[in-house]
Amino acid sequence: MCAVLPGGTTPPDPPAVLPGGAAGREGIAVLDADEIRRALTRIAHEILERTRGGDGVILLGIPTRGVPLARRLAARIREFEGRQVPCGSLDVTMHRDDLRLRPARALGRTDLPREGVDGKTVVLVDDVLYSGRTVRAALDALTDLGRPRAVQLAVLVDRGHRELPIRADYVGKNLPTSPREVVRVMLTEVDATDAVMVEGNGGHP
Amino acid sequence: MRRHLISAADLSRADALLILDTAEELADLTDRPIKKLPTLRGRTVVNLFFEDSTRTRISFEAAAKRLSADVINFSAKGSSVAKGESLKDTALTLEAMGADAVVIRHGASGAAHRLAGWVRGSVVNAGDGTHEHPTQALLDAFTMRRRLQGAGAARGKGLDGIRVTIVGDVLHSRVARSNVLLLSALGAQVTLAAPPTLLPLAVDSWPCAVSYELDSELPKSDAVMMLRVQTERMTAAYFPSVREYSRRYGLDAARMARLPEHAIVMHPGPMNRGVEIAAEVADSARSTVVEQVANGVTIRMAVLYLLLGGTEFPEAAAEVSR
Repeated sequence: MCAVLPGGTTPPDPPAVLPGGAAGREGIAVLDADEIRRALTRIAHEILERTRGGDGVILLGIPTRGVPLARRLAARIREFEGRQVPCGSLDVTMHRDDLRLRPARALGRTDLPREGVDGKTVVLVDDVLYSGRTVRAALDALTDLGRPRAVQLAVLVDRGHRELPIRADYVGKNLPTSPREVVRVMLTEVDATDAVMVEGNGGHP
Repeated sequence: MRRHLISAADLSRADALLILDTAEELADLTDRPIKKLPTLRGRTVVNLFFEDSTRTRISFEAAAKRLSADVINFSAKGSSVAKGESLKDTALTLEAMGADAVVIRHGASGAAHRLAGWVRGSVVNAGDGTHEHPTQALLDAFTMRRRLQGAGAARGKGLDGIRVTIVGDVLHSRVARSNVLLLSALGAQVTLAAPPTLLPLAVDSWPCAVSYELDSELPKSDAVMMLRVQTERMTAAYFPSVREYSRRYGLDAARMARLPEHAIVMHPGPMNRGVEIAAEVADSARSTVVEQVANGVTIRMAVLYLLLGGTEFPEAAAEVSR
């Protein structure tokens, strides 16, 4: 299932098969393609506002689905401001705190823009913010790569239930969920369609 | 992934590709200012070396340290082995010290396999007698894949259709055996070129072709792997003279010219310059000898990560996630 992708965009311990059975797995769409597009457009504008036109900004997507999201944000920023913001990916697998809870997983790719992260404003991009543990791992991974001037966080969905003192600077949609539910983000680059689904618990928060 | 890495035969194509792809992601670490990952913090890796080794031991040590594991180096010289301690008693001592992984090199074929029955941690075979040396085969496959298909572009790909000629002392070579098994699992066509006296008896059952001529194989090779003539393991005369061996099976500049333009020259080291490989060939741009050493650290990081990075009890974890 998509809940156990390498680089874990979803939180560490969602049940792979939900107690609700087949009916609970159908899920309900909470964002469609247009809504995702609008949310990313707004985030791109917010990044430009908060960083004075994207000055010294680097977008780093967290694999798997953070990477296409970062690319889409970079494309919008180029569209709005005519500025090419460097874009890359940052795999956090080796820095996760839950490695020993599962068999060793395949690594995602870390691909830094040539100019590096020193002195830059790094915007981490991920699909879902949940426990905050992935972001904690990303902050650690970043420390080993250089010393950014500032680090910000952009997520498509914030579903709550934080386990660490971490918050997002840019949020596509705040989505109150129950921990028993699974939030599934699908992007055309990976899943052939754009949608955000909530699955499990009969679809009711 | 299994718990131990004893033989290249244990690796399916999928296992081998997972290791190569993991190594591909780890390869960039060498260029970073901080060459360290916290993944194996608190784990202990013991290097148990009963035979002399430079690059393999240092390579495993560097790999374990880059993953933040604690490394204990053990060499037979100056240890209780010199006083007559058996492999089993040494193993039990390491077990009592809480080794999570034991990297073993031993002069006896099958030593790693025996050790795996005695310790709870993972066992990685770093060369047992004339049997196997699986991490060398993995780093050779990794080097070939990067050189022949381009670094980064090779993710997920095997070595399908690539023609590899392994030359020389196959009889005493654990590197050759592991390479034949792994490379053929990855889809490469392997040919052994050696004098009949330096081929093992059961070579017919290996998944490769055999030739007694080197010159005819060179024009159709994408990679040539020269093996060291292991005089220290030789108990009889396998060829009339070193000079004659070198004339027929040594790779010199004239022979190298017969290779296709893209072909690479490999050697697991240590090299006998002037015997199986001429100095000008070893130092040429086609030679991957130095690259193989660098890739060795990367591939061993991948192996240690995949063996030790996850849970110790995969079955239990699968239960939990269900």
